[in-house]
Amino acid sequence: MTVAQAKTKDLPAGANLPFIYREYSAERLKQALHKMYLIRQFEEGAEESYTRGLIHGTMHLSIGQEASAMGICMPLTNDDQITSTHRGHGHCIAKGAEVSKMFAEFFGKTTGYCRGRGGSMHIADVTTGNLGANGIVGGGIPIAVGAALTAKRLKSDRVVISFFGDGANNEGAFHEALNMASLWKLPVIFVCENNGYGMSTSMARSTAVPNVADRAAAYAMPGVIVDGNVLSEVAEASHEAVRRARAGEGPTLIESKTYRHRGHSKSDRNRYRTKEEIEDWMTNRDPIVRYENELMEFGIIDQAGVEAIREAVAKEIADGIEFAKASPSPEIRNLERYVYTETV
Amino acid sequence: MDQAVRELSYAQAIQEAMAIAMETDERVFLMGEDIGVYGGAFQVTGDLVERFGADRVIDTPISELGGAGVAVGAAVTGLRPIFEFQFSDFATLAMEQIVNQAAKMRYMLGGAVSVPVVMRFPAGSGTGAAAQHSQSLEAWLGHVPGLKVIQPSTPYDAKGMLLAAVADPDPVMIFEHKLLYKTKGPVPEGYYTVPIGKAAIRREGRDLTIVATSIMVHKALDAAKTLEAEGIDVEVVDLRTIRPMDKETVIESVKKTSRLLCVYEGVKTLGVGAEVSAMIAESEAFDFLDAPIVRLGGAETPIPYNPELEKATVPQVPDILAAARSLATGSR
Ligand SMILES: Cc1ncc(C[n+]2csc(CCOP(=O)(O)OP(=O)(O)O)c2C)c(N)n1
Ligand SMILES: [Mg+2]
Repeated sequence: MTVAQAKTKDLPAGANLPFIYREYSAERLKQALHKMYLIRQFEEGAEESYTRGLIHGTMHLSIGQEASAMGICMPLTNDDQITSTHRGHGHCIAKGAEVSKMFAEFFGKTTGYCRGRGGSMHIADVTTGNLGANGIVGGGIPIAVGAALTAKRLKSDRVVISFFGDGANNEGAFHEALNMASLWKLPVIFVCENNGYGMSTSMARSTAVPNVADRAAAYAMPGVIVDGNVLSEVAEASHEAVRRARAGEGPTLIESKTYRHRGHSKSDRNRYRTKEEIEDWMTNRDPIVRYENELMEFGIIDQAGVEAIREAVAKEIADGIEFAKASPSPEIRNLERYVYTETV
Repeated sequence: MDQAVRELSYAQAIQEAMAIAMETDERVFLMGEDIGVYGGAFQVTGDLVERFGADRVIDTPISELGGAGVAVGAAVTGLRPIFEFQFSDFATLAMEQIVNQAAKMRYMLGGAVSVPVVMRFPAGSGTGAAAQHSQSLEAWLGHVPGLKVIQPSTPYDAKGMLLAAVADPDPVMIFEHKLLYKTKGPVPEGYYTVPIGKAAIRREGRDLTIVATSIMVHKALDAAKTLEAEGIDVEVVDLRTIRPMDKETVIESVKKTSRLLCVYEGVKTLGVGAEVSAMIAESEAFDFLDAPIVRLGGAETPIPYNPELEKATVPQVPDILAAARSLATGSR
């Protein structure tokens, strides 16, 4: 989409601009860029902290998938809920979490979202509707359906998003969950972030249909495919699915085609994909570069504005890391806390 | 002819066992998630796909229930699958096939079939992977008649017991502690087996018996060295198999030392140590006890992410030392 196309004569001004430019104020569009940078730099900061030995265990980075998390969350309110995955930092931030408390969690500190008990793979922020990342592939999908059942029973206006990867579509939980959601017309949206691989196993080597969205037909719900690296496309699909869900029309399966720039986790030798493939996605299809260029093209932001966002984000990240470093570790005597609900 | 003995890591020993099994028996093949070009999450299958091809080292989709079921179906119809779970925690997704199908099929059919499936489970804490990737669930499967459940603690046993498992006509579940994968030990070349159902006395002693499993065997041996200097002579029994359990070896050891300490990583309550203790309490060794039995097991909590909390969750050498000292001097 170029400016020339956007200003076609016979149409009212802006009529054929991409969806988000018709839907959102310039302010919100800039905020979206801010958040995408926040996700990117958060993960770069986490990666660096890991390399420096400040974070242990492992982590799964979503660098390259930011438009997907952001686009899906654009039409959501704080009351709406999500279930997330092992690759869930982006979802958490897009839904509204504070990066300082996320860093604190990654550093294993009591000020972290899970008080140092969960770490990257279990990051959550219930206050902004994130019911949690998940260490179990597909584990969050039925939980989202349950949350949607609550929303329906309580007659709330809430919708629930379940994020999962392409690999998860081969778990039984995915199929059972989609069936029930459709059967009971629940306000849930299944968002498959298809980054081409489940660990080392490509879609072609794991999945009997070419698109995860094709599975929707089996459960009588719409299956929508979007370019997950184009923010507007993702947001538009999310809007329509949210509308359907709030109107009581039932679930939607959105397949957001994207790519992870980094290895699966910290122990990936990257033997299953080519350098060229990775390079291509990094240089030609980076979702942040793409969105930023679009914003500049449409005159919504200029270079100085972009710089200002980057700097603000860098400061937020640095402050977050400092907060995490300075925070206290849990005490051993509290080892068995939070296993059961404390009744005092 | 003597077989040459090399130092191999626990992971290499397992890989060698699988290679030998595939070389010597066409029916043997491997299934699991990312076990092909990726080499397995812990590099146990490594480059086996290059040697044996993708139809004998099969990458499954992320489908534990289905994958385990396919392995069971292949086993009951004449093949010898070795199924790798990426983490033992994911056994929970496949419980149906393991517990209701694999374990019971022979029985339900009155002995008409057998289910020679081998399942491998990378288990245990210590990697910072938190609550859903660090559990020790062996006691769960140990509770199911029809299964055999083993926990090799050395590279030698890892190879020999895996080959015994492949040769076994019944389902064998192998729990491999992730922190053992890189530990090294002597492993003979070629084919040999180590029997399932037989414990090993890793160190003889007079004053106190420690019955340990998996990585805890090494911690117990460490502790035993320190205790020796203090004049406490510890016998360390490596249980190796939790179902069927080698009662005789444990009973004989307790009769000799009159004191029993059980050390295991799984949650203490209703775990392996509970079974060992009850077994001793029911046996003739009970009359020989000079002090109450002591169990050291995992804390009553999921495995935490914070590394200090994580360490505190499972028995460590100082915990074993403290327990052994007070047990050695305690009385009934
Ligand atoms: C039930 C279960 N099986 C296997 C794993 C190990 N594992 C973690 S992430 C992953 C790949 C998931 O792929 P996908 O769903 O496409 O998500 P992505 O990592 O690409 O974001 C695997 C196999 C797991 N965590 N849970
Ligand atoms: Mg994927």
